[in-house]
Formats: sequence, structure tokens, C-alpha cells
Amino acid sequence: MSEPHGILRIWVYLSETPLLWLTATLVAFVIGDAISARLGRHPLANPVVIAAGLLIALLTATGTAYGDYFAGAQFVHFLLGPATVALAVPLWHNRTAVRRNLVPMCVALVAGSLTAIVSAVTIAWAFGAPAPVLASLAPKSTTAPIAMALTESIGGIPALAAVLVVLTGILGSVIVTPLMNALKITDYAARGFAVGVASHGIGTARAFQVSEEAGTFAGIAMGLNGALTALVFLLAPLFF
Amino acid sequence: MLQALTLLFLCQLAGEAAVRAADLAFPGPVLGMGLFFAGLLVAGRTGPSLDAVADTILKNLSLLFVPAAVGVMQQAGLIAANALAIGMALVVSTLLTLIVTVYTFRAVARFQSGARP
Repeated sequence: MSEPHGILRIWVYLSETPLLWLTATLVAFVIGDAISARLGRHPLANPVVIAAGLLIALLTATGTAYGDYFAGAQFVHFLLGPATVALAVPLWHNRTAVRRNLVPMCVALVAGSLTAIVSAVTIAWAFGAPAPVLASLAPKSTTAPIAMALTESIGGIPALAAVLVVLTGILGSVIVTPLMNALKITDYAARGFAVGVASHGIGTARAFQVSEEAGTFAGIAMGLNGALTALVFLLAPLFF
Repeated sequence: MLQALTLLFLCQLAGEAAVRAADLAFPGPVLGMGLFFAGLLVAGRTGPSLDAVADTILKNLSLLFVPAAVGVMQQAGLIAANALAIGMALVVSTLLTLIVTVYTFRAVARFQSGARP
């Protein structure tokens, strides 16, 4: 009966190093991405949802706490920062299209960003959500690291904000293509920009799957919305 | 490739440092993106390795959201207790944001091209 003991020992060792959950995150995403590709990038077959579902099942089955998982997965999470900086590259390549659309972008950014914050908080408030939930919902359309930093400054829960950000991203990336087709909007700059404002990086990832132009404008919108939402949070206390 | 990655990290570091120094509740990576963009405008070009690195990161952007998404298991209780409020807020707000943004963008673009034939 030394075999189970041996496996258990290996498990105990591996589960204490970041390697295990870092690798598991990559494997889950490779599987999720392969399934998504197999299904022709159908918006419902979102690789993030599939990967997260697989990992949650695995963590539950092995009785692993989220904190232990994150000790390994944080190396992937950390790359969100450099990825945000990297958005400057497509922004620079498309600077001519950006300059041509500068005015519509700025006006749409302010309108969309305020709609995202005000409508989410108002609706949740009307349905009786408590204050920490409202504070966690407010930055839901910005990218995860930004939302987590912002929600903390107004009494929200960073971990809840991160989850709401991801759910918003998934919702937006699932809705955007059928919605824009139904509204008969064929301008990929406008479509991409809208999904970037509403659904940050996950929307941007979806937009890059649809067209390079849409992806670029989504990336710009994500960056600008992060900046504008941060400004709104910074300035709002001066008015209330 | 290593230079390109180093450049990205340097810009983020500069952004984080500037935000801390000014004591602002502003995301450092976003400032880092702004600094990097300004740098590219001044330089007037990108390199093939920078393009490749940025392209690889942005093509696999979804992966970076997986750890945060797994966090849903930790917040399950709070989310379940406020399921209706959160669900309605997310669905209606996301729909509204998409519609308001895309129509504002189109309307201003049309107005602009009309004003400047």
C-alpha cells in the first residue's frame, strides 16, 4: 500500500509550489481555447468561462482553497499590467484611424462610461443590494486590476469586483455580435469601441476575434474607460 | 523580444511610481500605456520584436482573466444572496452601455462628416 502514499506525497509537494496551479491554469485555458476554436468561436463558447469552470471543478474536487490556487495563478494575473501597457502598440499602429475618429470616440466614451456606472449602481440599488455590493458593481466595465483598485477606495470588495468585471466582460462579449447585427451596425470601429467601453479586456479579446479594426478600437476604449472611470472615482467625492 | 518585454515592464513601473508619488487613486498600468504611447509617437516607429510581443500578449488576453474568474467560487455566497440585483444590473447595464456607446459614436461621426464634407 505504498502507492497511494507515494501519490499523496507528490500531491502534497506539488500543491505547495506555484507550479501546479500555474500549469493547471494554462492547461485549462488551452482546453477552453481549443473547444472555443472547434465551435467556430461561437460567443457562448467563451474560453474564459470554460477554463474557469474546469478549474473550479478541479479545486472543489481536490478541496483546494482559492487562496492556494491564486498563489500559483497570480503569475498569469500579474501579466494584466504589462498587457495594458502593450495596448499602446495597436493604438500607435492605428493612430491615423484614431485621429480621424477622435471626436466620436471622446463623446461616446463619456456617454458610455457614465451609462455603465450609473445604470449598474441604480439598478442594483433598486433591487435592494447592500452598499458594498453597489461599490463593487460601480467599476464593473473597467479592466480587473483597475476595478479592484478603484472599488477599494469606495468601500467595495476587490475580489467581488474582479468577479463582476469578468461576468460583465463575458456578458458583453456574448451579446455584442448578435446585438450589433440586429441593430444593423456595420462600422467595426464603432462596434469595437462599444464593446471595449462596456466589457474591457474580455470584450477586446472577442473583438480581436471578429476583426483587427474592432479589436484595436476596443483596446483603445478599454484603456480610455479605465482612465476615465478612475477620474470619475477621483473627482466624484468632490461633488457629493 | 527581451528588450520589448523590458520596455513594457519599465513603462508599467514608471506609471505605478508616478501614481504613487502623486498619491492618486489612478491605475498605474493605464498611465504606463499613456507614457508608452507618447514614447512611440516621439520615436515614430515600433520594432518587429515589440510588435510580436504585443501581438502575442493581446492575442491571448483572455487567458489573463482566468485567475480572477475562478474567484467566483469564493464570492458565491454573496452573489447568490444578491443574485437578482446583480444579474439585472449586469445584463441591463451592459446592454445599455453597448447601445449608448455605439449610437453616440455613430451619431457624432455622422455629424462630423456632415459638418466637414
